[in-house]
Amino acid sequence: MHELSIAGTILETVEAEAARRPAMRVVKVGVRIGELSGVNAEALQFGFEAMVKGTHLDPLALEIEQVPLRYRCSVCAHLFSAQDDIPRCPLCASPEILLVGGDDLHLAYLEVEDR
Amino acid sequence: MNRLPFEQKVLGENDRLASELRTRFQAHGTLCVNLISAPGSGKTFLLERTLERLPPAMRAAVLTGDIETQNDANRLRRYGFPVRQITTGGTCHLDARMIERALHLRNPVSPAVTPAKFSVAPAEGAPWSEEWELLLIENVGNLVCPSSYDLGEDAKIVLMSVTEGEDKPLKYPSIFYKSALLLLTKVDLLPHLQFDLALARENARRANPAIEIIELSARTGAGMEAWMGWLQDRLRAVRGNTEGRVAQAAAHGT
Repeated sequence: MHELSIAGTILETVEAEAARRPAMRVVKVGVRIGELSGVNAEALQFGFEAMVKGTHLDPLALEIEQVPLRYRCSVCAHLFSAQDDIPRCPLCASPEILLVGGDDLHLAYLEVEDR
Repeated sequence: MNRLPFEQKVLGENDRLASELRTRFQAHGTLCVNLISAPGSGKTFLLERTLERLPPAMRAAVLTGDIETQNDANRLRRYGFPVRQITTGGTCHLDARMIERALHLRNPVSPAVTPAKFSVAPAEGAPWSEEWELLLIENVGNLVCPSSYDLGEDAKIVLMSVTEGEDKPLKYPSIFYKSALLLLTKVDLLPHLQFDLALARENARRANPAIEIIELSARTGAGMEAWMGWLQDRLRAVRGNTEGRVAQAAAHGT
């Protein structure tokens, strides 16, 4: 359960950005989390909503985009995403695959409106 | 409504601190390893058996993280090397700021990031300096959260005991993906278990084809030589890099 710390870090960053843009109000923050990031989206959403309540950023929405694991086939170099525990290359069916991504934990965008 | 693209790592601040730590470790020729596992996989016991095997003159130190208690530090202090206990006061992982604070590189700690109850107990028994050859970090027992936080270490090491499921690497791919070495612990218990070692290794390689794997029992000592050898190789590499940099700087007259 480090999602509360993560939510706190996101809030701090948004706070700093909001302070730099006094004429605007931040209404939404978008984050991208990979399946390998070790962060649970539901817990993050819950923690974020609890933390933002009562602060001057309230109401501030959090939109989470989840990024699946990405693999590259060692045989045919095909890049693909998979949800199965034991994935194979969808093109050549080889089990010789490498994990190449899905560890994102990124702030992607802010949505702002004029005050 | 206006959408502003804002590409930045959520844990960018942690990563920045971690990279500062990494630079310091490199400058001092310190090998820093970050041991991560579920609670009860044998991190503390392995550290005890490791400290016992280190040359007494070695400049080695331990930072051990737990949510509460000084128990681990008390166990680890018997071996003559300085040990600091980091109690996180509820936080389920160590972050770079806690390491920095524990090493006393900078004060004060920002209260926004580090929980109020966070504390570091002073090292006892041996003097504390910064110039370690080997810094062993024992993370909080947790297979999920510690994987997100870079501590400036040279390598993450994941422990998995044979009393756990062979499918752990599939259930918790993140930490296996990010670790350089998997230590399969408690192998002395294998005769009593239905644990498929080959399957566990295969699953680990599925999460991370490059992961090195050592099977060991800290209790019987089986595999300890391979583990100490792994540390020796890494220590040599770190030392070589630091000396190389010093030589290079001297050659350039800087």
